[in-house]
Amino acid sequence: MKKVIQMFVAVFLAAFLCIYATARLNTFHGYSGKDILTVYNWGDYLDPELIAAFEEEAGMKVIYETFESNEAMLTKIAHGGNAFDVVIPSDYAINKMKEQGLLIPLDHSLLPNLKYIDPRFLGLPFDEGNQYSVPYFWGTLGIIYNPEMLDGRHLNSWHDLWDESLANEVLLVDSAREVIGIGLDRLGYSLNDTDLDHLHEAQQKLFELVPNVKAIVGDEIKMLLANEEASVGLVWSGDAALIIDENPKLNYVIPVEGTNVWFDNMVIPATAKNVEGAHMFINFLLDPENAAQNTEYVGYSTPNAAALEYLPEETTSDQRFYPDPEITDRLELYENLGKRMLAYYNELFLEFKMHRK
Amino acid sequence: MKSRMRNLYLIPYGMWMALFVVVPILLVGYYSLFDIDGRLTIANYQRFFSPIYLGMALRSFWYALLITSVSLLIAYPTAYLLTKTRHKQLWLLLIILPSWMNLLLKTYAFIGILGTYGPINAVLGAIGMGPRQILFTDFSFIFVAVYIFIPFMILPIFSALEELNPSLVAAAYDLGASPWVTFRRVVFPLTLSGVKAGCQAVFIPALSLFMITRLIAGNRVITLGTAIEQHFLVTQDWGMGSALAIFLVIAMGLTIILTESGKQVK
Repeated sequence: MKKVIQMFVAVFLAAFLCIYATARLNTFHGYSGKDILTVYNWGDYLDPELIAAFEEEAGMKVIYETFESNEAMLTKIAHGGNAFDVVIPSDYAINKMKEQGLLIPLDHSLLPNLKYIDPRFLGLPFDEGNQYSVPYFWGTLGIIYNPEMLDGRHLNSWHDLWDESLANEVLLVDSAREVIGIGLDRLGYSLNDTDLDHLHEAQQKLFELVPNVKAIVGDEIKMLLANEEASVGLVWSGDAALIIDENPKLNYVIPVEGTNVWFDNMVIPATAKNVEGAHMFINFLLDPENAAQNTEYVGYSTPNAAALEYLPEETTSDQRFYPDPEITDRLELYENLGKRMLAYYNELFLEFKMHRK
Repeated sequence: MKSRMRNLYLIPYGMWMALFVVVPILLVGYYSLFDIDGRLTIANYQRFFSPIYLGMALRSFWYALLITSVSLLIAYPTAYLLTKTRHKQLWLLLIILPSWMNLLLKTYAFIGILGTYGPINAVLGAIGMGPRQILFTDFSFIFVAVYIFIPFMILPIFSALEELNPSLVAAAYDLGASPWVTFRRVVFPLTLSGVKAGCQAVFIPALSLFMITRLIAGNRVITLGTAIEQHFLVTQDWGMGSALAIFLVIAMGLTIILTESGKQVK
């Protein structure tokens, strides 16, 4: 009995020590409630140096938390119990959050740097008038391939993915709308198609693609492609830029049939505790020099027109990552199709995943 | 007086069980009765019996069975040899040591090891058999799963073997039993409890594996665990996810009952 009590005392002591130490560490930094800004963002999607610079400039402590998918982020925010001040969701997720009343309108007078954003990327359908959101990065969905592993062949369309010579060579991202989207684009349907017959047709088309599919993976697709584990991949342009950065042999192409164009945007959720700080942070990231620095770090395409001047010419003139308006006009934004339709897309995708070679 | 004291001690335990075991299971059961629009329905259970989910369930069982059998085949001899070694504790520690490492980290390491340019393919290439695809195959999936689960199979078998009275084995030999007969009639039946505990510890988590189905099998292996993850995180169809979870709970309960039933016969 004595031993048991001794053990309990030891455990409690250790726990209290830990609590005391963390509390001590926090006061040591001199931050309290109002000086804390919590940012909820995709992993590795913001230059840490900028966070440090902002902390210095604004005298706030920034807590950076990350999510892996819009859906995971939505679930967490809808459940409450957290106080994120700035969140960076994608286009269709913003639409959903608006519908559910999870966002607060932005005060444009606190965001003077908004004027630097290319007007082409303002007032998009998911948030007309940018009442709730400010674009952060944008890009496309396309094909990355390794010409060296394909005997110098070049790909330029979804159609090419079905080619027999690519047997067991294609990596896909584990995401329903993207993969079903290939089928839809290939057949000339809209990426936001809700016609069940069209969706089935797309799924049938995708079944024919199965022999070419090596694996359906998550974020590790970047590592796998850079290591030449497979020669072709379905990726977002931002990831493509990172992969090419690591292995310059690879090339990225926006398929001729059309594809998805996406925007990640900064928003302030309704549960924010530090709304003023959130505006300061957004404005800070809209500053052309900061935006340029962030773009260099993240490698995605910036919608900040003034920032382009701080970036190397070879980056900004690269049609793969900064395509002209004529090209982007042909591409489609994902619309919020509603829970039921999304579930249906996922069911079709699940069947596709279970389809054996 | 004494029994009252004992009841007092039971209160925290009872509360723990209620809060973290009974209530969550009831909640999952409750959620499983709602469809995606929040209407009360049993459609989720009907959907489970559609070819897609039934196929998935069968596949989950098949892979869990494979993983358990392979683990057992490797673990039993290993545990047996362990009891014969001089530095038992050291060897045991070496077997447990990898499970101190983060699971995700180990899985990521396997992507490199099994990859086209990984060490295994380098060896295969050197002896003129490669490179061949190992990653994203059934083989790699079973291999990594067995690697992850095998300590949980070795440990209970090892302790069962340790508890085995050596004089029983000696007696069997004295009475003229061959080594094989001794093993089959004496050693194995007496260590069956360890084997059962090990099989439960491997089979049950193997049923609901997810993550490594994507990282190592590239989603070529789809288990119920994958589907549950998807329903909760992507489609937000909590009802269907919960219904699948309930089926897994039932399957696990059955597994335990089936493996335990042998005991009463004895």
